[in-house]
Amino acid sequence: MSTIRLKNLTKTFYQKEGEVSALKDVSLEINDGDIYGIIGMSGAGKSTLVRCLNYLEKPTSGQVYIDEVELGSLNEQQLRKERTEIAMIFQHFNLLEQKNVIDNICLPLLIAGVTKKEARMRAHQLLETVGLSEKSKAFPSKLSGGQKQRVAIARALASNPKILLCDEATSALDPQTTKAILSLLKEINKKLGITIVIITHQMEVVREICNRVAIMEAGEVKEEGFVEAIFDNPKSKAAKHLIFKDAGKEDHVLGDEKVKDLLKGGKIVRIVFTENSAFEPVISNVILKFNTPINILGADTKNVGGIAKGEMLIRLPEDAKLASEMSAYLLERGLKVEEVEADVY
Amino acid sequence: MFTKEIMEMLTKGIGETLYMVLLSTLLAYVIGLPLGVILNVTDKGGLKPNAAVNKLLGTIVINITRSVPFVIFALLIGPLTKFLIGKSTGPTAMVVALSLSAAPLVARMVESSLNEVDKGVIEAARSMGATNRFIVFKVMLVEARISLISGATICLVTIIGYSAMGGFFGSGGLGDIAVRYGYHRYDFGIMIITVVLLVVLVLLFQAVGNRFASSLDRRK
Repeated sequence: MSTIRLKNLTKTFYQKEGEVSALKDVSLEINDGDIYGIIGMSGAGKSTLVRCLNYLEKPTSGQVYIDEVELGSLNEQQLRKERTEIAMIFQHFNLLEQKNVIDNICLPLLIAGVTKKEARMRAHQLLETVGLSEKSKAFPSKLSGGQKQRVAIARALASNPKILLCDEATSALDPQTTKAILSLLKEINKKLGITIVIITHQMEVVREICNRVAIMEAGEVKEEGFVEAIFDNPKSKAAKHLIFKDAGKEDHVLGDEKVKDLLKGGKIVRIVFTENSAFEPVISNVILKFNTPINILGADTKNVGGIAKGEMLIRLPEDAKLASEMSAYLLERGLKVEEVEADVY
Repeated sequence: MFTKEIMEMLTKGIGETLYMVLLSTLLAYVIGLPLGVILNVTDKGGLKPNAAVNKLLGTIVINITRSVPFVIFALLIGPLTKFLIGKSTGPTAMVVALSLSAAPLVARMVESSLNEVDKGVIEAARSMGATNRFIVFKVMLVEARISLISGATICLVTIIGYSAMGGFFGSGGLGDIAVRYGYHRYDFGIMIITVVLLVVLVLLFQAVGNRFASSLDRRK
């Protein structure tokens, strides 16, 4: 059963400078218990999309169904009720600066009409869940980014939501803290069975915890599916771009014009090792078998949903026949082989 | 120079000035605070945008009232004061003019304080299913409190200045003494003393306001 279903969603902003279509005909299904990633570069429309999921932004057309309830059909009061089931955390945490940790966590409970005393009790439990019990009296200004996000998560969980929306929740955090927050989210998903939607521009976030992913570009979903499948075999240019960028980080040397010149010649292919194939010295064997050197342009190993994946960018020899024989050999060994166009870097 | 009569007169003047200023500030907030909230909420990008209400209140009521100089404003509302209080001189009569003329300033101060509240925090509250009333009272006014107190201090000091001008209408208070002795009788000694007392009052209120705001701020 799908918890969240988007049908032909569009959102157009009418501004003085003209119309901006932030979302163009987006349809998605997010299942109960998913950790669903929505990834794209900035300006791809992902923040607008996530705000349509709780109607902080009203879509221009199309429908949002939460457990088969269409949000557009609700009146203000019903919508507020529905929002208590859809919690949200943010890039900049958005805690009340003038309230301490416990009072911040109490906020959704007070909105729901829980008494102050009960709210405090529940807030202390939640603070324990996120591992910050000793900070109950602290004010946000005294907390680190990671601690603030933990408080925000505790606050989000206070109303017992069934869905948690994360809008670039780890973008302002360093890599270690990001890992810790992601594993906390994973735990929440497992233990409490909360469906999580993660908006991010970081492929490593998707790799780390998502089971499904949608790739957005210019207001459209370009590709959607299981993370592992998309990682192994990205079809759209947007997906390839994000995955390769992830491999080489921001300043990929292959993107440099001078380097591109040097690399002219044979085809560049990306090969992906799965668990079984990673044990065999495949590249060495190719070189020995064909008696021709292969230029390795880049290599990396990643953890995709708990499975080790090696990936490598190699340049095959210019001789087309030899190159296709080599590809065939690699395929035989159980590797995924795919030609890379120079412009995806 | 400091005869018993003069000392009594100055003490009474201080008392009247404090009475006028504090009561007027309070009343100015009673009127101005809700207006400021309405201005902020109905603004474009506010919780409940309403261009008509915002324009009417902002441009017509507030901007026009604020552009009338205080002395003229006090004269203009003389009949209203007489209707409300029964007379148009004395400290209580002055309170009417002071609070009505300061209310638009208060409204603008409140509006700008609320504008400073982080939009992300308001969005977070909306995402929790909060009503607009909850957001205004439990989020915006709480988050803006330091700025609101600083604004209130500025209003208070401005009202001290206005109240001294009231001396020309026989308002009582230190301004009245300054006008009577300094302006009508050329007794500059007394006038300077009243001015010094007014300066001390301003410094005192400013210091107390700053201290209070700073002691409540949880951001540092």
